[in-house]
Amino acid sequence: MNILACIKQVPDTEAQIKIDSGGKGIQTADIKWVMNPYDEFGVEEALRLKEKAGGGKVTVVGLGPQRVVESLRTALAMGADEAIHIDDPAADGGDSLATARALAAAIKAVPFDLVFCGQRAVDNDNGQVGAALSELLNIPLLSVATKVDLSENKTKVRILRSVEGANWVLESTLPVLITTQKGLNEPRYASLPGIMKAKKKPLAAKKLGDLGLDPGQAGEAGSKIKILGLTPPPERKSGQMVSGETPQEKGAGLVKLLREEAKII
Amino acid sequence: MAKGIWIIAEQRGGNLRKISYELTSEGRRLADQSGQPLAAVVVGSQIGEEAKKLIPYGPDTLYVADDPALADYTPEAYTAVLADLIKKHEPDIVLLGASAQGKELAAKLAARLETGMAQDCVSFRLENGLLIAKRPLYAGKVYAEVASETARPQMAAARPNVLAVAEPDPGRQAEIVAVPVELKPDDLRTTLVELLPDASGKVDLTEATFIVSGGRGMKTAENFQVLEELAGVIGASVGASRSAVDAGWRSHTDQVGQTGKVVCPNLYIACGISGAIQHLAGMGSSKVIVAINKDPDAPIFQKADYGIVGDLFEIVPVLKEEFKKILS
Repeated sequence: MNILACIKQVPDTEAQIKIDSGGKGIQTADIKWVMNPYDEFGVEEALRLKEKAGGGKVTVVGLGPQRVVESLRTALAMGADEAIHIDDPAADGGDSLATARALAAAIKAVPFDLVFCGQRAVDNDNGQVGAALSELLNIPLLSVATKVDLSENKTKVRILRSVEGANWVLESTLPVLITTQKGLNEPRYASLPGIMKAKKKPLAAKKLGDLGLDPGQAGEAGSKIKILGLTPPPERKSGQMVSGETPQEKGAGLVKLLREEAKII
Repeated sequence: MAKGIWIIAEQRGGNLRKISYELTSEGRRLADQSGQPLAAVVVGSQIGEEAKKLIPYGPDTLYVADDPALADYTPEAYTAVLADLIKKHEPDIVLLGASAQGKELAAKLAARLETGMAQDCVSFRLENGLLIAKRPLYAGKVYAEVASETARPQMAAARPNVLAVAEPDPGRQAEIVAVPVELKPDDLRTTLVELLPDASGKVDLTEATFIVSGGRGMKTAENFQVLEELAGVIGASVGASRSAVDAGWRSHTDQVGQTGKVVCPNLYIACGISGAIQHLAGMGSSKVIVAINKDPDAPIFQKADYGIVGDLFEIVPVLKEEFKKILS
């Protein structure tokens, strides 16, 4: 069983996001970078499936600047066997399709039965790389999984997915791409021996050329969707504290305001 | 030369979902503005009559792809049918809904068509034929205007419950076109094995008009009962902060924030939620925000339209009784 897990490095969710002077990107100086939380679920699920099968290989794939190595090493410390780092400035800043193209080229070079991606990255919130990757690899797509069940003979997989007001059980044939959602599992922490071992595990850096891609096919140059500009979220006008001596007065005062001033109920 | 604006409607169980009317209304607005025709596409099984419900909202053409294999949405089959149709007619703009299935379908379709797609957009405008979409990044910590300058069609998925539904015009007519459906074995690799209705019967947070949400201040899973009771009176859905979910008090499907759901209800009542930045990002576009917290310095008050400093276990029962009075 060969399992791939794609990871992206993103700003920690507690980070303040400020627009840079160019107006199209964010200030990165004080950002703490972490593995995208949804991708952690993918790495964990890959490890669990390998452990359950009693063998196989888990390979993690990441794209981005040198700092991404840290997240790849984290995945190796959790238990992944190998890592591929697409480390090429020409691969950076791509839209979902351009990014998926680079990932697909790296993944096609290794055998795979299952590919995991987080259902979205918590930076650009595009939620498209997994779907685009399934297209480029020509394999079925199972999205936003909170449960993954592999059939006994490992030819089929079932997932549970929550949609508005319902839950779906979906089934596909292998090889398959699965995007992961919170609730699927509780990702393990890297153990100290795990961290020591990770230092010796294979981590291959690849340029676009190594993957058989031209610079124009990936990264910003290969992107169709461009950011024209960033703006801060609309300011909320400052609110008011509801006064009152007792909980009764405050509660009644609030309901009156919602009814008469805000007119929403 | 690509022309025309298309919207891809969404149905579940043979019923059009509200986002379909939102998309048709927005499509009509953009079509009128740019002098282009509007087409709506409905995919399903025995869906012809239901599809006609869109006509009063403005499509000039209604494409209906009807096949037993299309009764339930699956990403491969729907992508195949829509990609073939779009390649044949080459519309300039294709809009979908950024619902659970729409986000997936739009992403897959865009990749197959090798075009760009703006996900989860909150507004659209046209500038010399260029579709400029506004969408939140970092769950709403910043907003981006994005566009596909050269690739066609220009694709975008619209966040549900944001675009207005226009007044229907019962006098409108549309040309109805049956779409030939030819599916290959590869298009049927994924099947919907089971559809389990959500037993709670409550409205999903992303579609809720009112939300009552609890955080660390709730202290226990059982204490959420007081929020459930208030929610029951005003017809709200109950949400939770990441702390409350990580503590195991609520299901992950209830989580509001950057690693949970991004919500935009008319009223969001935050109870015992201090207002971590990742939570504020997820609920900051709610129309009216109420915060109830013991700590007068809690960051949530800076986002709130109305704040009450106090013990939520004293305040929330009062709210329940007061709402009961005005709603009875």
